[in-house]
Amino acid sequence: MLGEQIIKGMAVTAKNFFGSYVSKERLTTVQYPEEHLAPKENTRQFPFLVYDGDDWEKGLRCVACQICEKECPPKCIYIVKSKDKKPDYKGQPQIYPATFDIDISVCMSCQICVEVCPFESIKMDTKFELSTDDRFGGLLLTKDKLAKSNSYYQKMHPQDAAESDAVIAGEKAKAEAKAKAAAEAKIKADAEAKAKAAVAAATAPIAAPAPTTPPPPAK
Amino acid sequence: MSSLAAMPPKSFEVKPKLDESGTPIGELLEISMGPHHPSTHGVFRMDVVLDGETVVKLKPVFGYLHRNHEKIGENISYLASMPYTDRLDYFCSMTNNWAYALTVEKLAGLAVPERAEYIRVIMAELTRLQNHTCLIGFFLQDMGALGTPMMYAFREREKILDIFESVSGARMMCNYMRFGGVRVDVNDEWIAQTKKVVSDYSKFLDEFGTFLTENEIVLARTQFIGVMPKELAVNASITGPMLRAAGVNYDLRKVDKYGIYSRFNFQVPVGEHGDIYDRYMVRVLEMRESIKILEQALRDIPAGPVMDPKSKLRGFRPKPGEVYGRVEGPKGELGFYLISDGSPNPYRYRVRPPSFVNLTVLEDMCLGHRISDAVVILGSVDIVLGEVDR
Amino acid sequence: MFDKLDQIFVTALHWLVSYVPEACRPLASSLICIAFVLSVFPAVFSVTTIFERKGIGRIQNRYGPNRVGIPFTKIRLAGFGQFIPDGVKMLTKEDIVPRAADKVVHFLAPVVMLIPVLLAYAVLPFGKNMTITDYDAGLLFFFAVGGAVELSVFMAGWSSRNKYSLLGAMRAIAQMVSYEIPLILSAVTVVMVVGSLNLNDIIAHQNQYTFGIAHWHVFTPWGLVGFILFFIASLAESNRTPFDLPEAESEIIAGYFTEYSGFKFALFFLGEYLGMFAIIGLGITLFLGGWTSPVSFLTWIPSYVWFFTKLMAIVFVFIWIRATLPRLRMDQLMNFAWKFMLPLALINILVAGIWHYMAADWPRWLVCSAIIFGAYAILGRSLMQNQNFGKRIYRYAE
Repeated sequence: MLGEQIIKGMAVTAKNFFGSYVSKERLTTVQYPEEHLAPKENTRQFPFLVYDGDDWEKGLRCVACQICEKECPPKCIYIVKSKDKKPDYKGQPQIYPATFDIDISVCMSCQICVEVCPFESIKMDTKFELSTDDRFGGLLLTKDKLAKSNSYYQKMHPQDAAESDAVIAGEKAKAEAKAKAAAEAKIKADAEAKAKAAVAAATAPIAAPAPTTPPPPAK
Repeated sequence: MSSLAAMPPKSFEVKPKLDESGTPIGELLEISMGPHHPSTHGVFRMDVVLDGETVVKLKPVFGYLHRNHEKIGENISYLASMPYTDRLDYFCSMTNNWAYALTVEKLAGLAVPERAEYIRVIMAELTRLQNHTCLIGFFLQDMGALGTPMMYAFREREKILDIFESVSGARMMCNYMRFGGVRVDVNDEWIAQTKKVVSDYSKFLDEFGTFLTENEIVLARTQFIGVMPKELAVNASITGPMLRAAGVNYDLRKVDKYGIYSRFNFQVPVGEHGDIYDRYMVRVLEMRESIKILEQALRDIPAGPVMDPKSKLRGFRPKPGEVYGRVEGPKGELGFYLISDGSPNPYRYRVRPPSFVNLTVLEDMCLGHRISDAVVILGSVDIVLGEVDR
Repeated sequence: MFDKLDQIFVTALHWLVSYVPEACRPLASSLICIAFVLSVFPAVFSVTTIFERKGIGRIQNRYGPNRVGIPFTKIRLAGFGQFIPDGVKMLTKEDIVPRAADKVVHFLAPVVMLIPVLLAYAVLPFGKNMTITDYDAGLLFFFAVGGAVELSVFMAGWSSRNKYSLLGAMRAIAQMVSYEIPLILSAVTVVMVVGSLNLNDIIAHQNQYTFGIAHWHVFTPWGLVGFILFFIASLAESNRTPFDLPEAESEIIAGYFTEYSGFKFALFFLGEYLGMFAIIGLGITLFLGGWTSPVSFLTWIPSYVWFFTKLMAIVFVFIWIRATLPRLRMDQLMNFAWKFMLPLALINILVAGIWHYMAADWPRWLVCSAIIFGAYAILGRSLMQNQNFGKRIYRYAE
């Protein structure tokens, strides 16, 4: 019958119209500036640098190895190494980045910098409302704007932060174990050396005095 | 079909009708359906010459979205090209990633663990679902339905994009596949969520089918329009749903059996007339087959690692050689051709985009039809300008 | 009490006119009626545009406009103040006239569209005793004036000196002229049964009640088909989806009002919607009983309330159709008008004649319904099968 399917199509539309007043499924709009959608845990927007503790300069995990700068596909990271060193989370003095700029108008949020970083120091943030009307520097994030604390990271991505913390704790434990082993070895070596010296000193007087020239033969 | 014989031969010089003294009768109207298009296919231009309302000549002009993808690929490492492949066919980023990863794995001889293969199939079929859904929305919008079917389509697509976001971090530019597996593993909660979305999808397809399948206006506007005969399709290297709608049974998932597709039980729908209506129905039926594959994959996914232990992220230098890898993307055969010379960057990186190749027959399909049909025919070819222009 | 409420506008008119000297009373009465029409119907137009946007939004699972209330205050009114900024926007846009355009005709085209449409309101009965001019040939006057709208479309397309506008205008005229015929033929059936062209007589013919249900023409077989034909033809006359090819083309041509901007475009828009209300008003008068109520126990509700309720109900159905259906192509549109609607309208006239001459008993219902149903089925099948349209079965490979 002509027109039958058109009526069925209109019935679907009417179902949606009346459904939009009763069920959330049929009215999926979120009134944006007043309401926000809940962000997913794994969302990635732009990178940020993690620092431990409270002082962002002292606790910054990045050691300016420049691996992320090399691997970044659109080359949006710019790093300048520092001349002096500061201790890192393992206690060893490391260089740190004097300049760390990310141009987020170029960054494509691909997360490759996070994957290749060996020091768990660059991670992905979830904030995207970063629009600005400063045309020339507004979208260039410098080190101070990029550095965010580890507690912020734990809040944003709890699971990833837990894994990252586990890795760092593992590294730290390994480093401590190595240091301890080194210290023990050192103590052992010291003790051995001391023991050896003591043994040498102990056996020395019993031994004959330093050999002198042999007595001349009797004629 | 008989109208094909009566169509004027394809020519690049259009001669208007002349009367006895040699002056042209009437006038041919040349229109540029310009890059700013009311229809939603991207920056694409068609130079159309009309005789009254009938299309006499049609020339597609594109290149407005060229972004030097292949040249960039020669200057950065293999891994760094992966996010760029997301942006080729920006609706189907998972499939693009898979095609590229497949090609590089062929080049470097990497093996992919089982769980990663299952995950790849799940992602590819979800991509196919959301691409075809979107496409039907756009198709009805081109025909003038003011966006209602498009809104419904996007409402369902959001559910799939939410799934993508919860696993890979981004809705469309997923950057999820790596050489030798996938980037992160999926957990049980994600699998439960995906199962729920897939099971709701058939209900949505039924509701959506009432708009499309037998609506008299849609039938009148799409049946026997834009016919592409079988021989033309095969000669012009058309692939994908357009080829299957023309009657050729060629689906790479069955021909190449890449990945683990040979383990799944699904069928390939084939059309008969090669008109617009067949193309859309083939896509709708493919969506139902995708749901079948998804149900099987989600049921059978094994535990295990998701990355080949031999693959490395940095310092990846495959041995010199050349390789061509292809997958059945939602739009057709997406292929990557790589030549490696042992260095970290490829020597030549070439993409075979399905939309670009499918566009070559646009003129043959549109000749003899009216201008209102040209828009709908273009919609049925299913192009994405990111892929056409790269 | 309800009678007084029903006639409140009429008494108000008489009271106002009584302040004017005897000689000027007809003029004063006309002017007050004109003021009434000019204020009420543009208000209905504004409210309709908002209902349209919100209704289409709800159908599409989203909110429509829901923030603008009263401008410069924080009162939101759920978006019903949207027409104020829209109106201000239209009025303050720059009025661009192409250099090559025919200036006089270009200027007059929106005016020529608006004036006949406003004239058509003069014969519509908005309530009991509320017709502005009660002609004996009211229906004829309405159709005569409605034909002038096509002239304005052609003036707009021709004067713009733009090949796209001209093409759009040609299409629009072809569509409007083809759909005038089923429109008029379905109105002819009403005239045949009632025996008069006077719109108030037509309403009086429907103002009888049996078993509590009114004798609306739409409740008879020929009336139902006539109403459906009238409805479809009025969709086409107002250039609404699925017949909006001349106006909202998603192809390159933006229609006959490409070259109009600002206030002139607003006039075209206004004229189109007012034309829609006028034709719906006529359809209500002819088939849905005008200002009468459908059931006898609701006759206490004032008559103008019934009229406007029915008007808004049909406007909602127009909006609903607009949100659902895709558009028809030009030749399919014409095909539908000439090969389906015209034969059905002619058969409807035959059936109306049979109805009029058979005795008022159940056999005439059966005979008329059977003829119409058969005609509809045959015509419908031939329309679709002509081109082999239909459901297809797809095979699967392997």
